[in-house]
Amino acid sequence: MSVKYLKETASQTAGPYVHIGLAPHQAGFDIFQNNFDNNLVGATTRGAQIVIEGRVFDGSGSLVRDALIEAWQANADGRYNHPGDRQKTGSVDPNFRGWGRACTDFETGIYRFYTVKPGPVAGRSGKVQAPHISMWIVARGINMGLNTRLYFADEEKANEADPILRGIELKKRRDTLIAQPSQKDGKTVYTFDIVLQGDNETVFFDV
Amino acid sequence: MNDLVSHAPPAFVKEGTNPYPELFRRDYAAQSPAYTPIYKTSVLRSPRNALLSIDHTVSETTGPVFGHNELGLLDNDLIMNYAKDGEAIGPRIIVHGYVLDENGRGLPNTLVEFWQANAGGRYRHKNDTYLAPIDPNFGGCGRTLTDENGYYYFRTIRPGAYPWRNYVNSWRPAHIHFSLFGNAFAQRLITQMYFEGDPLIKVCPIIKTIPDEEAVNRLIAPLDLNASVPDDTMAYRFDMVLRGRRSTLFENRLEGN
Repeated sequence: MSVKYLKETASQTAGPYVHIGLAPHQAGFDIFQNNFDNNLVGATTRGAQIVIEGRVFDGSGSLVRDALIEAWQANADGRYNHPGDRQKTGSVDPNFRGWGRACTDFETGIYRFYTVKPGPVAGRSGKVQAPHISMWIVARGINMGLNTRLYFADEEKANEADPILRGIELKKRRDTLIAQPSQKDGKTVYTFDIVLQGDNETVFFDV
Repeated sequence: MNDLVSHAPPAFVKEGTNPYPELFRRDYAAQSPAYTPIYKTSVLRSPRNALLSIDHTVSETTGPVFGHNELGLLDNDLIMNYAKDGEAIGPRIIVHGYVLDENGRGLPNTLVEFWQANAGGRYRHKNDTYLAPIDPNFGGCGRTLTDENGYYYFRTIRPGAYPWRNYVNSWRPAHIHFSLFGNAFAQRLITQMYFEGDPLIKVCPIIKTIPDEEAVNRLIAPLDLNASVPDDTMAYRFDMVLRGRRSTLFENRLEGN
């Protein structure tokens, strides 16, 4: 006898035509009045606006041009827009859901998010997590969505103390989660490439 | 097939504690590994390092919330939501069921998105070049929110099978893609629904990546004549399960939650 629970439904690949369902404009047609996209900010969202930009590479070093990436993050105060966030500090920003989805471009392979830089978030046992964005990657050839986290290179001290980053033994692997800032057209752009397989393979989490 | 009956006790949430505690660990024995050479595209797109297990924080136990005002009235009707000068061609079907968690509880107000090929097996996508014709009145995607019990439904046409380049003469069984959110980002899941009785199911390399036969069977939707509309539309029943949450019998040390 064992306690009976239902079993999580088996994941299946998002396939090459994931854009039809989740990003129809990229598939080449217009169907919904309201589309979910890669812009997380509204006119009144609080915080420093930033751009996340990157590419996805496969094990041969080739661009993955049909990936879909979702981002989930806290706001500038480090608060998530969800009733399960019971942190005492800061407040929820009604103009920031903290979620978006982007596709790698069919030609350039580049994806982009327009968002705000998140604040630090409470971790377990009184620890503090450095500012980060949770990311989830699906594509043809990926049987189950891959989870990773983006951290910010200009948060060196916070990153040093972050319990998740500290849990990654090899510094070289830790570095795969650090996005590098640069200035482009007056905007702060963080570059975050994702390597599915190979020498600089991104750290993916069993969340 | 897909006949989910839960005998598990519901997770217990003690008053005053967070109703969104940590999630059950994922059971990888019933999930496809990343590297599955029978599905050739996975060979170069699968990480070689082990996934790094992390204890849940508020970053994992929360997730995006969506509202009814973000969806259009026809978003759950694929027969009508792209109709131009007529209706979509093909067998009319309803797909319905529950989105549950592993405790057997319905997940309310969760976004369910779906997409599919048309009756001829052709996708409305700039990268699909299969010779079957595009249906001018069929877009092939929709979305809905579950109700307070986790129930969802939509109307569409039954998609056709189509060839793909894995082996020579590989054909995908008719299927509908599903994207699910649940109420935590760690529950995020994409899957595919198949149709009872389709002989292509047992020869499909993508389905064969799943190591557990019962898990495969749960992806196969049975015909549900009781939910059909006589003289109008057949129905298929498809329940889906996302990861459960632990009970909060005693407060743990998960801060920020």
